[in-house]
Amino acid sequence: MSGDHGSSRISAQVRHVETLLESRGLLAAGEVDGRIDEFLAGGTPANGARIVARAWADPGFAERLLADANTAIREVGLSMAGGLQEQRLKVVANTAETHNVVVCTLCSCYPIALLGPSPSWYKSEAYRSRVVRDPRGVLTEFGLELPAGTAIAVWDASAESRYLVLPRRPEGAASLTEAELAGLVTRKGLIGTAAV
Amino acid sequence: MSRINDVGGMAGFPAIVEEPDEPPFHADWEAHVLALNGALIKRGVYNLDEFRDAQERLPVQQYLGASYYERWFAAISTLLVEKGVATADELAVDDHGA
Repeated sequence: MSGDHGSSRISAQVRHVETLLESRGLLAAGEVDGRIDEFLAGGTPANGARIVARAWADPGFAERLLADANTAIREVGLSMAGGLQEQRLKVVANTAETHNVVVCTLCSCYPIALLGPSPSWYKSEAYRSRVVRDPRGVLTEFGLELPAGTAIAVWDASAESRYLVLPRRPEGAASLTEAELAGLVTRKGLIGTAAV
Repeated sequence: MSRINDVGGMAGFPAIVEEPDEPPFHADWEAHVLALNGALIKRGVYNLDEFRDAQERLPVQQYLGASYYERWFAAISTLLVEKGVATADELAVDDHGA
C-alpha cells in the first residue's frame, strides 16, 4: 500500500508539513517518532481484558467498576489519563437479558488511551450508520446470534464519554486463573460485536 | 442541522468489512499524522474540539471520499491556515518539485 501513487503523494505532503512546522518551532526534531513509539507502546486490548478478568474473578471489583470505572481501573494499575485529555469511562455489563454494543456515530470516539487504536470497521460509516438502526442484523454479520428475547443496548460514545463492554463470563471458566480468563477476552468482546 | 459526519441511522453505505490482523496503521504517514496532531494540540495551536470540528465541516464529497487519516490531515491543514501558522500555498507540495 505504501508504494502506490496516492499514498506516496500524501506521504510527501505530511513530510512537507512536518518540515515546515519544525522550521517554525512548532515541532521538535524527533518528536514525531517519539510520539509514535509512545502511542504504539500505550493502549492495548489486553488492558481491557485484564479489567474484565478482574471483574469476573472479583464481584466487589465488578461492582466498583460499574459504579465508577475511572476510579476502579486504577486498582489494576490502569487509567484513562494516557491520552490528550482524560475521558469518562463507563463500563456496561452484558446479562442474560441485555447485550451491549458500542459505537461512535459522529466520528470514532473509543477508549484509545486504554485499548489502543480501534479497528477500521469501528470507524467506518457502514458500522456507524447501521448498528444504531439494525444492531441485531449487524451482530449477526459479526457471527453473534443472540436469543430473540435478549435486548440490545447500543451506546453512542462521545468526546467526553467512552464505553467498554463487560462480557458475560463463559460457562465452564470457573477453574481458570485471572490471567487465563483475560486470555478469553477479545477486542470485539470489549466493543460488543462478539460475546466475549 | 446535521453535518455529514452524523451518519447514525443513515442507509446506503456499503457492507461492514473486517480486516483480519489489522495493523495499527496502514502506512507510515498515518502514524506521522497522528503524532503531528498530538504535538499541535499539546502546544495549544488548536484544541481537540476544534480538530473534530474541522473534520466535520470538510466538504461532503471530500469527507466521504477520504480515508480516516486523510480526514485528519485535511483537518490539520485547515486549522494551520485558519490559525495563521502557514498559508495554504506554504502547505502545498509542488508535485514536480517536492
